[in-house]
Amino acid sequence: MTVAAGPANGERRLTIAEALREAIAEEMRHDEKVFLIGEDVGVPGGFGGAFGVYLGLTEEFGHDRIIDTPISEKAIAGAAIGAALMGMRPIPDLQYADFLFECMDELVNQAAKMRYMSNGKLSVPMVLRCPVGTANRGAQHGQCPESYFVHVPGLKVVCVSDAYHAKGLLKSAVRDDDPVLFFEHKLLYGSKGREQAGGMDLTAHVPEEEYFFPIGKAVVKRAGTSVTVVATQMSLYRALAAAEELAHDGIECEVIDPLTLLPLDEETIFASVRKTGRLVIAHEDTLTGGWGAELAARVAEECLYSLQAPIRRAASHDVPLPVAPVMEQTVVPSQARIKAAIQRCCEG
Amino acid sequence: MTSGTGVENTERGVSEVDTAHELDLYRQMLLIRRFEERVYLLYLQGEIPGTLHQSQGQEAVAVGVCDVLQRTDWITSTHRPHGHALAKGVDLRAAMAELFGKATGCCGGKGGSMHLGDPSVGMLPAIAIVGGGNTVVTGLGLAFKLMRTDQVAVCFFGDGASNEGAFHEGLNFAAVQHLPIVFACENNLYGASTPFHETSLVPDVATRAAAYGVRGEIVDGMDVLAAREAAGRAVAEARAGDGPSLLEFKTYRFAGHSRGDVRGYRSRDEEADWKERDPIVRLRERLALTLDEGILDETDTQVEAALDEAVEFARQSPLPRPEDALTGAYATVIGREATP
Ligand SMILES: Cc1ncc(C[n+]2csc(CCOP(=O)(O)OP(=O)(O)O)c2C)c(N)n1
Ligand SMILES: [Mg+2]
Repeated sequence: MTVAAGPANGERRLTIAEALREAIAEEMRHDEKVFLIGEDVGVPGGFGGAFGVYLGLTEEFGHDRIIDTPISEKAIAGAAIGAALMGMRPIPDLQYADFLFECMDELVNQAAKMRYMSNGKLSVPMVLRCPVGTANRGAQHGQCPESYFVHVPGLKVVCVSDAYHAKGLLKSAVRDDDPVLFFEHKLLYGSKGREQAGGMDLTAHVPEEEYFFPIGKAVVKRAGTSVTVVATQMSLYRALAAAEELAHDGIECEVIDPLTLLPLDEETIFASVRKTGRLVIAHEDTLTGGWGAELAARVAEECLYSLQAPIRRAASHDVPLPVAPVMEQTVVPSQARIKAAIQRCCEG
Repeated sequence: MTSGTGVENTERGVSEVDTAHELDLYRQMLLIRRFEERVYLLYLQGEIPGTLHQSQGQEAVAVGVCDVLQRTDWITSTHRPHGHALAKGVDLRAAMAELFGKATGCCGGKGGSMHLGDPSVGMLPAIAIVGGGNTVVTGLGLAFKLMRTDQVAVCFFGDGASNEGAFHEGLNFAAVQHLPIVFACENNLYGASTPFHETSLVPDVATRAAAYGVRGEIVDGMDVLAAREAAGRAVAEARAGDGPSLLEFKTYRFAGHSRGDVRGYRSRDEEADWKERDPIVRLRERLALTLDEGILDETDTQVEAALDEAVEFARQSPLPRPEDALTGAYATVIGREATP
């Protein structure tokens, strides 16, 4: 299975980790107001962030702009927000998305509301990178908590799945004047976990030339006429694999990677649903109150009469993550479960 | 293990330790050391899934502190919980099976390495959120106070955790409520790759106790007898209703932060210096003055045998059923439950 990305051709293939590093380096060169702040991001001889994304950046930009912090998520988020309010463009880092809960107040009550409360006089241009995803780490190191933030007016929520869009979106996010939460899947970085991602090729073509990919725009990863499948990250690749299998049965899936969850690209998704008349949503976030529910509601509101069957969702079951692999695999939406949801949707 | 080992408090708060007791402390530390070594190998060989944070070097803290606790006392632990779990009396086989992700594990395979624990011996599932235990532990203490029991709760946490807001809120709250709690900081000099001295202008965590009006003490965390004695005093005070204290154990983790850490952020000289103070070697040398080497070797053999047996138990144990994943989130299930 290959990670199909933007332009499919081209020799220069990068992992998501490399693409993100390139995006950060380019933006730091472009604008001296961009800086990185977080735990274990630039310690000499250290990890270059929890997933090695920042390796080498301290050598180029120095410790003034790659700031190692105490383990103090509230302070990291608060400092990033405050600096952003003063016109800087911080990239705070908390290692795992699971630790976002440590600074919910800063994100939800401060970052998201400053622009509105100041009647547009202030803005909080920061990008918080959030590694998500099940990887045998148990209940507190594998969550996909993006939907909590989709509920917060004032935040933007991005969810990347391949190196091409990761780079283009991260560059856009850094230049965006609103606070952006940028969700990345641990198994898709390509720095580790190749095996866990099922032997997938985790690289994608990333052009040498500078480019941006806009926030708020979805991409159609596979064209089809039978059913629309909207999926992110690991669920996206599982959906694409399921789509290949279903093609043998004459079911042609149109698979869409929404890329931005807030604001959703309704135009692309609605157009597809109006064409296929069927919708399946797949995500690793838990089912109840997940972003899939919001998408389903919008499609029900705007495209109900185009639908030929009930909308189906394949999501993580509503339990915390267990660590034992046999149980973990039951909880997250597997390729088989996504395939079954598509089949069920196509029966109706 | 907490069973039968000198918890009766003398006037100084701590009972004397005789040679048999010292030998037991040695055995417990060795068990933790060999456990950590074994599970790391098993992890590298692919038999243990997930990730591991090992605590070699820090055994004296876990063993010294838990030695003065009763079975009915409670501890909270961290992402580095193996030593705490074994010292508090979590069954060796159940701990091993948990790391293997087996149904017979102490959390049924739901917790894994980072959430080892067993309520029946007074250990919450370890909390892998840095500083997570520092606030929750106050609730344990509050319950003991409200229920008028004489139980004590110990919160293990790292130097890194002392920079979380939770550390400060938990300590102040426990102080002002006079809760029966001991905050046991294992200062191993690093939070992941970051040196503590780069994250705090106060070199000693114990100093921070003064800010909250509680007793703070620096303890040699590489000496199990010193750890035991300091913990004994703090626990006795907490039990007597004198409120919480903050103990800072100066210690060192010999291994990397987690799997695959090549430790490029610290020097080999520093590592060698700390290995000179290996708590197990130190106690063994001390014991060798009075005990026959044969007895010590015999202890080593017993530890290996216990571990062989635990590994075999874990290997033979059944996997959890896949559908077990979908139950257990609620005490009372209302409405439809998920199906695999
Ligand atoms: C709230 C939170 N932030 C960050 C992490 C990632 N993390 C796991 S262990 C660790 C270092 C902890 O250092 P310390 O408290 O000194 O404990 P040690 O690892 O040295 O035992 C970090 C940053 C986490 N698990 N939880
Ligand atoms: Mg530490």
